[in-house]
Amino acid sequence: MNTSQITAKSDTSSTEPIIDIRHLRISFGNQEVLKDVSLQLFKGENLVVIGKSGSGKSVLIKCIVGLLSSKSGTITVFGENINELNREGLGDIRKKIGFLFQSGALYDSMTVKENLEFPLCRIRRNLNQQEIDQKILEALENVGLASALNKMPSQLSGGMRKRISLARTIVVDPTIMLYDEPTTGLDPITSDEISSLINDVQQKYKTSSIIITHDIECARATANRILMLQDGEIYMEGDLAAFENSTDPTIKAFFK
Amino acid sequence: MEIKTPVIKAKKIALYHILNISQQTFTKAVSATNFFSDVAEVCMFFVRFVKETFTRNHELKEFFKQCFQIGYKSLPLVSVTGIIMGLVLTIQSRPVLANFGAESLLPGMVAVSLIREMGPVITGLICAGKVASSIGAELGSMKVTEQIEAMAVSSTNPMKFLVVTRVWAATLMIPLLILYADGLGMLGSWVGTNLKGDVSFALFFIQAFSHINFIDFIPAVIKSFFFGGVIGFVGCYKGYNAGRGTESVGIAANSAVVISSLLLLIVDVIAVQITDMIG
Repeated sequence: MNTSQITAKSDTSSTEPIIDIRHLRISFGNQEVLKDVSLQLFKGENLVVIGKSGSGKSVLIKCIVGLLSSKSGTITVFGENINELNREGLGDIRKKIGFLFQSGALYDSMTVKENLEFPLCRIRRNLNQQEIDQKILEALENVGLASALNKMPSQLSGGMRKRISLARTIVVDPTIMLYDEPTTGLDPITSDEISSLINDVQQKYKTSSIIITHDIECARATANRILMLQDGEIYMEGDLAAFENSTDPTIKAFFK
Repeated sequence: MEIKTPVIKAKKIALYHILNISQQTFTKAVSATNFFSDVAEVCMFFVRFVKETFTRNHELKEFFKQCFQIGYKSLPLVSVTGIIMGLVLTIQSRPVLANFGAESLLPGMVAVSLIREMGPVITGLICAGKVASSIGAELGSMKVTEQIEAMAVSSTNPMKFLVVTRVWAATLMIPLLILYADGLGMLGSWVGTNLKGDVSFALFFIQAFSHINFIDFIPAVIKSFFFGGVIGFVGCYKGYNAGRGTESVGIAANSAVVISSLLLLIVDVIAVQITDMIG
C-alpha cells in the first residue's frame, strides 16, 4: 500500500518540525532494519508509531538519541544533524529529550529518589538541594507515586516501575518525549493510566512525543497522528480516523 | 566400466579430502579473524578507558562508593583467606624444615613466601572470583535491562561513570587487600607455629622481619596494582559488552572470573621474570 499523505495535526501542534528524519537506513549485518524511512515530528504533537514486533520501531527512536548510528540518511533534531554532532553536542540534544525505555530501565542499585536525582543533578546543574527535592516530589506527584520516594525498584510493581521511569524522564523538563512500548506487559487498567499520563505530560510539559507501541488502545488514546512501519518501511501515515476507516487488510488486522 | 570405477572412487575420495581441508582452513581463518577482532575490541575499550580517565568531570562519589564495595566489602573473605594461607603454609612447612633442623627459619620462610608470592597471587585470585564476577554480573544486567543506555540518554557518560570508577577502585583497593591479607597471613602463621611450640608474638615477628627487606615489598606491591587493574578491567569489559539476553549476565560473570584469573597468573609470571632480571 502506498503511503497516505494525510497530514493530521492536533490543534496544539505547529508546522515546524522539531525532529526531521530523511531517508534513514539502518542495517545490522546483512539485515536491513529500516529502509528509507522519512518522518517529521511537529511541535506539540503526539506521533504514534505502530507496527509488528521486529518492524524497526525501537531502532527508529534509538537513532534519534544517537544510541544507534545510521547507515545513511539524516536525523535533524532542533535543527542539528545528530550524525554530525560531537559528544558534547549530542549530550546537549539529549538533555532536551526524555526517553522512556520498554523495561523502565530504573537503576536497580538506587532508590526511587536517587533514580530521579541522577539525571536531574547532571542536566540541571544550577539547582540547589532544596530545589532538587522539590522537583523530584513534583514529578512523583504527577505520576501519583509520591509515597514511593524511598523505595528500591525491586519493591515496585511493573506499572509502578513504568510510572517512576516516566517521572525520571519528566523531572528534567524535556521538550521531546520518546516512549518505547509504554504499555507493554501491563494490565488494561494500568495501560489506560499510563496512556492518560502520556496525555497529561503532553499538556502540562508542552512536550512533543513519539510513542512506539503495538497497543492499539494506547494509540487510540494518545495519537494526534499515526505512522505504521512494516518490514522497515513506512506503510501508512495519517490520523486515527484514516487508520480506523482503512480497508487495507494489514491495517484492519491491527485496528479490529 | 570396471576399470574406471576405482579411478572415480579415488577421485571422489580426493575431492572429499580437499573439500574437508578447505573447510577446516576456512573455519580456522574465520576463528583467527574473530580472535583478532576481539583483541582489537579490547584494545579500543582500553583506549576509551584511558581517554575517559584523563577527561574532565570525574565521578568521584561513585569512585568512593566502588572503593567501599570492592575494598571494605571484601574484607571478611580476604581475612579468612589470609589467616588460612599463613596457617596452612606454616603447618605444611614445619616438618620439612624440622628434618633439616631449621625450624627457627620458619617465620622468615613464611614471611618471604607470603609477601613475595603467595599473598598477592592467592588474594588476587580470590578477589578475581569476588570482584570481577560481581562487576561483570552488575554491568551485564545493567546492559540487558537497558540501564546503560538510560544513563547515556541522561547525558551521563556510562564509560566514565561505570568503567573508569570501577577499574581505578579495583586498582587501588586490591593492593591494600593484599597487604592486609599478608598481615593476617603472618598472624595465622604465628598461630600455626604455636600449635606445636611456644613462640612469643614479638619473637616471631622479629624472626620473620629479619629475613625480609623493604625491597621485598616493592615488586609485590607493584604487581598487585596490575592485578587490581586486570580484575577491574576484565570485569568491566565483559559486563559492558555483554549480549542482550539474560543468559549473557551469567556468561559475562563467568568469563570475567576465568579470564581475569588467567591474566593475573600471566602478569605474575611476567612480574617474576622482570624481578629476577633486575635482581
